[in-house]
Amino acid sequence: MEGRCGEGSHTQSPSCAAVRSRKPCMDTGKHREKASSKKTEPRRATRPSSSDTRGLNGTSTEKRLRYSDCDYTPLCPLLSVAALSLCTRFYRITEPPHVCWDETHFGKMGSYYINRTFFFDVHPPLGKMLIGLAGYLTGYDGTFPFIKPGDKYEHHNYWGMRGFCAVLGSCLPPFAFLVVLELSHSTPAALITASLLIFDTGYITLSQYILLDPILMFFIMGAVLSMVKFNHQRLRPFSWSWWLWLLLTGVNLSGSLGVKFVGLFNILLVGINTAWDLWRLLGDLHLSLVDFMKHLIARMFGLIMLPLFLYTTIFAVHFVILNRSGPGDGFFSSAFQSRLIGNNLHNATMPEYLAYGSIITLKNLRIAGGYLHSHWHLYPEGVGAHQQQVTAYLHKDYNNLWLVKRPNSDDFTWNPELIRHGDIIRLEHKETTRNLHSHLHEAPLTKKHLQVTGYGINGTGDPNDLWQVEVCGGKKGDPVKVLRSKVRLLHRSTGCVLYSSGKTLPKWGWEQVEVTCSPYLKETPNSQWNIEDHVNPKLPNISLHVLKPSFLEILLESHIVMIRGNSGLKPKDNEINSKPWHWPINYQGLRFSGVNETEYRVYLLGNPVIWWLNLFSLGLFVVMVSLCCVALQRGAKLGGTKKAHCQVLMEGGGLLFLGWLLHYLPFYTMGRILYYHHYFPAMLFSSMLTGLTLDTFLQNADLLFSPAVSKYILRGGQIVLLVGILHSFYLFHPLSYGMNGPLAHDPTSSMAGLRWLDSWEF
Amino acid sequence: MQGVKLPVTVKCEINVLLIAVTVLGLLTRLYGIHIPASVVFDEVYYGQFVSLYMKRVFFIDESGPPLGHMILALGGYLGDFDGNFVWNRIGAEYTSNVPVWTLRLIPALCGSLCVPLGYLLVVELGYSHFTALGASLLLLMENSLIVQSRFMLLDSVLIFFLLLAVVSYLRFHKAPKSSLWKWLWLFLSGTSCAFAVGVKYMGLFTYLLLLGLAAVHTWHVIGDKTLCNGKVLVQVVVRFLVLVVMPALLYLGFFYVHLILLYRSGPHDQMMSSAFQASLEGGLSRITQGQPLEVAFGSQVTLRSASSKPLPCWLHSHKANYPIRYENGRGSSHQQQVTCYPFKDVNNWWIIKDPSRQSLVVSSPPRPVRHGDIIQLLHGMTSRFLNTHDVAAPMSPHSQEVTGYIDFNVSMPAQNLWRVDITNRESDRDVWKTILSEVQLIHVNTSAVLKLSGASLPDWGFRQLEVVGDKIYKGYQQSGVWNVEEHRYGKSHEQKERELELKSPTHDDISRNLTFMAKFIELQWKMLTVRNEESEHKYSSLPLEWITMDTNIAYWLHPSNNAQIHLIGNSVTWTLANLALFIYVLLFLTYLLRRRRKIEDIPEACWEQLVLAGVVCSGGWVVNYLPFFLMEKTLFLYHYLPALTFQILQIPVVVEHLYTHVLRSPSQHKAFGGVILAALCSVYFCYRIFSPLTYGQPELTSEELAALRWRDSWDILFRKR
Repeated sequence: MEGRCGEGSHTQSPSCAAVRSRKPCMDTGKHREKASSKKTEPRRATRPSSSDTRGLNGTSTEKRLRYSDCDYTPLCPLLSVAALSLCTRFYRITEPPHVCWDETHFGKMGSYYINRTFFFDVHPPLGKMLIGLAGYLTGYDGTFPFIKPGDKYEHHNYWGMRGFCAVLGSCLPPFAFLVVLELSHSTPAALITASLLIFDTGYITLSQYILLDPILMFFIMGAVLSMVKFNHQRLRPFSWSWWLWLLLTGVNLSGSLGVKFVGLFNILLVGINTAWDLWRLLGDLHLSLVDFMKHLIARMFGLIMLPLFLYTTIFAVHFVILNRSGPGDGFFSSAFQSRLIGNNLHNATMPEYLAYGSIITLKNLRIAGGYLHSHWHLYPEGVGAHQQQVTAYLHKDYNNLWLVKRPNSDDFTWNPELIRHGDIIRLEHKETTRNLHSHLHEAPLTKKHLQVTGYGINGTGDPNDLWQVEVCGGKKGDPVKVLRSKVRLLHRSTGCVLYSSGKTLPKWGWEQVEVTCSPYLKETPNSQWNIEDHVNPKLPNISLHVLKPSFLEILLESHIVMIRGNSGLKPKDNEINSKPWHWPINYQGLRFSGVNETEYRVYLLGNPVIWWLNLFSLGLFVVMVSLCCVALQRGAKLGGTKKAHCQVLMEGGGLLFLGWLLHYLPFYTMGRILYYHHYFPAMLFSSMLTGLTLDTFLQNADLLFSPAVSKYILRGGQIVLLVGILHSFYLFHPLSYGMNGPLAHDPTSSMAGLRWLDSWEF
Repeated sequence: MQGVKLPVTVKCEINVLLIAVTVLGLLTRLYGIHIPASVVFDEVYYGQFVSLYMKRVFFIDESGPPLGHMILALGGYLGDFDGNFVWNRIGAEYTSNVPVWTLRLIPALCGSLCVPLGYLLVVELGYSHFTALGASLLLLMENSLIVQSRFMLLDSVLIFFLLLAVVSYLRFHKAPKSSLWKWLWLFLSGTSCAFAVGVKYMGLFTYLLLLGLAAVHTWHVIGDKTLCNGKVLVQVVVRFLVLVVMPALLYLGFFYVHLILLYRSGPHDQMMSSAFQASLEGGLSRITQGQPLEVAFGSQVTLRSASSKPLPCWLHSHKANYPIRYENGRGSSHQQQVTCYPFKDVNNWWIIKDPSRQSLVVSSPPRPVRHGDIIQLLHGMTSRFLNTHDVAAPMSPHSQEVTGYIDFNVSMPAQNLWRVDITNRESDRDVWKTILSEVQLIHVNTSAVLKLSGASLPDWGFRQLEVVGDKIYKGYQQSGVWNVEEHRYGKSHEQKERELELKSPTHDDISRNLTFMAKFIELQWKMLTVRNEESEHKYSSLPLEWITMDTNIAYWLHPSNNAQIHLIGNSVTWTLANLALFIYVLLFLTYLLRRRRKIEDIPEACWEQLVLAGVVCSGGWVVNYLPFFLMEKTLFLYHYLPALTFQILQIPVVVEHLYTHVLRSPSQHKAFGGVILAALCSVYFCYRIFSPLTYGQPELTSEELAALRWRDSWDILFRKR
């Protein structure tokens, strides 16, 4: 293996020199650099603090042949990184023995998988499925209710799930080590990065609990590592390792997207990198178009088809496992619900045709549309008429029940008569006995539409309560089928149609969905309803087979429901909202457990020394890379090492910087509620960039000082960094491993004097 | 004498085409702009600001920087408008004192000049005069641009500055090296960028595009190895100064003029801080002028909350107690209510007392209150001390109740000592200053901070705002910060005298001046953070509806007949523009990929020309359109007009490219010429057909109106006879 690779790079260089093509030459140039740097590795293994002296020792071919650059990694540092990160993550992992922060959600959802109960969450299912699996394998039986943070686990087996997350969290430092090593070919840079991640209290805390973040970051780092490794294989296309890293990238991408939608940013990063790579290949005129198409198709397969397939598989598994009715039913359409064992639509029996006197619920056909709903509360003053609210509500509730009446009498004594297309009805709200009503007032949010209210007492109202039933695609005289007919309700006096706009009402409307009467009569799912529950004691119940939706329909529906749910997570008025600019400066953390002096407290907060170092390095990187670019653009003559450093900064650093931007900036445009821990994926990139930047910076001390002094500076800098990181970790470790006793303002506290910012809450 | 060439001659070249399109532009935009003589659509919004400018009354408008309003006000100034008109209803008839013609003149002029600017832009992009003529004709016959130009609205002014900035930048870029003219063009470009941003924040998008273009060009200059380092540095610095620093300074300048012009207090005063209000004539300064600066023991003060959410208010108490039991059964201390009251009132006065002395008057010399001092606050009218204790507040049970202390002899001792914490102090012995100092009042016994909870009390509290003591108060919150607004040194020893004193106004005169930068920062911050309640408007629309013009806006309807004005574009032009954009993207991608494989279909110069045209036209469309998808404010069709202008300029560019480089045989050329002619004719007919809705005359019958409703989603109004 080694020999083959060395030969490859050896034979490549004369041929590319002959055709004077620039790109491949630079690649071999880089190879040479790498090879010569590797040559010094064995020495470094014995003296870990020795500086990187690459470039100084010529480029003798025999040595290059001996030390292949392909699969060589300094094992000793890598293993110690892995061991240290496992130790820091597993230390006191069972503490505290109660539910912390979002464990209440994700632990609960893990239990749902074990119990096979259907639920709804705004994130894709992979993360929770893995948590459930980890729990199942370690003997957790899914019986712990996870009601609220602070609940004691007692005899329940929770360490398995925490341990699983910790294992994935421990993979981050070794992965980062390998990525930086690959990008910078410098072990010190990789070690700086790894120590930043190992000793950051934020990452330790986030890895120790049952959360989605360690799983998400594992896949993100996995994808980045595979991508970087894949880039490195560019000289040996279609070899087995090339395929391996390509496919691994794809697998990790589907994994990160399968845990949280934040994975999209990761896909964007890989996408940009791949596009750039393809662009380079397209410009390579030695490559025939046929070969280029091969490249293109291979990438489309590995990075699009495969992830898509895996992603859908995740959902398929999700739907197969969760086959029992549960708390998430109401978010989905009637057809979807009929799949779930225990749901009232599963093998339902009810009267087949709608008749006067029936009690029904109406479900909007818009995806995640909600049930027609009303309650005792009135529209506030200034919002149309001061009458009872009518909304659409996603949960099943007795306030969703409506009674179908004749236009003019409340008498149901005679035999039930079916309602047909074109008939005129009134709908009385069962609980409040008000009629569904509309009139010429503006709707609360959609000003172009009319307001819909509940009006009248004990079912007596006025002519504005009359609605005409229309079966979509039906003709006069067709009966209305329960569940299967799409029904529209046309208001008699104004001619508008009952409509659910999908907009969320403000607080006075309990954040339910607005219902209006639309004067635009186009047939859209917003204006179509189906009858879901149907009770009429005078009609025989018939077993109904609802058309079961296909898998693709379910997939689409659940995605739309998730996206709606995500954008619906608006910040509440009185809640202190975390802003994206807070994050890089480590402005404020999150309480994982405990508030008071008497409680066991865990506080999610990054190690401030590390975070501020990262912030500083971002600035340093921008300055350094601009200097590099301007120097190159002005055609400055740079020596071999300097040129290599420039390239590391511009290519490796550029990739990491792009990753940071892509995982950070989009949050500024998000309207949903944001939390501090959303920054941690971006922080991974920032930490890797720090390692790369600081190492390059220290190595270039000879620009200002004499070689002898700069050697000391290099070593001194590395030692100061290491000591600083270790000392700050020693100071701040109680944040992750738990604090007892008085709060930081008390001089006897373990955190006394460490509350450097007033906004930190410990 | 060698430098002078005799005879001195002036050569004059006049581009008759350019003159012709300018005249046509003026005709279409200025024709009958005084009709209708009533308020049209957003004139109702901008008009109120014009009036306020005429009256020199301060206002704050969060929708955009002040330059746009100032330009409109210039029209009012030219027409001797006195500002007396009530801008409250669209369609209201203008009274005779409103100079309708001059008010609408400036936007109309700007709108007309967009037509020749379109011509120049295409020429500067390197295309032929025929193409340029086509571009200007398309702009000329674009109904939506005409409608938007003819009224007192800002979009035409914005588009004018945007086009001017781009044209002058391109002139700068193409000019021969280092002539004076070259730098003048750059200067003009920087200035128009600043003006565009000053008219509407939206101008920022094009400004950024221009900066990006300039950055790329500068990057090429840096890479030019024939220049020495010094020259490169000069080039870079000058470009930076003119395109970045100067616009920023100009932007400040707009605010400077704005604040110079508006020196009187007005309806929006209350949104600003006391210090800002004190700088306005007749506002707060009427009350506060000549107040003693340093707050001393014995001072009589009103305390204003720094938070103006939901309303600006003053610490208040009155002769009413908290109910013994609240509706939910919780108990209270039944002591006197302390609230925050949004109106000036004699009950807002408090006296600052030294806990160690009995005196309620200011000694001479006055002993100022400093940061860290312990004080008591005595309510002027009821003589109750401000007090808080471990009883849950009425509406926010996690906070402490704040009361005026009454001793009911129920073992509830008075806890009325407060520590003064000046948050904006410079040193730790800073004196508490009227208006300027922001103060937190920290309760000595419980270390709770006096703050506004944001809730309002129910009927028993007269719906005033709740004030609480917050024990878990962290960092800096506006709701916990107070400042002294009105202030006098107390002189009367007796309660009766004191009440009289409290009711009399305070005065003397010294004015407190804020620096311009302080005012600017406060004003700009308020403009960016104050959000009016966003709600959907009847004619608001979504960005996706704009491309296909699925929406329109009814601007005006004649009070008695069917004459009406709508913002509806020229459907033919809109379709052509979309088509041109699509073809351009196709062409661009094809060329790009083929060039990468070293297959050159068109010469290098031509490719660069095509790219530049794409950056300006398609890029202009992209930057002015796509950001709206991320915005959460109410959007209207007119927000699309700047994007549309750039998109229209793409049409002739694509046409010329197709004509010269894609279609090669003479017969194809002939056929294509025919197509172009046909397209121009249909554009003209479409313009004619919709011109009754553009100019509001002549009146159409209901049938004719119905025929004009080309899309079901358009709201065209029919008057029932």
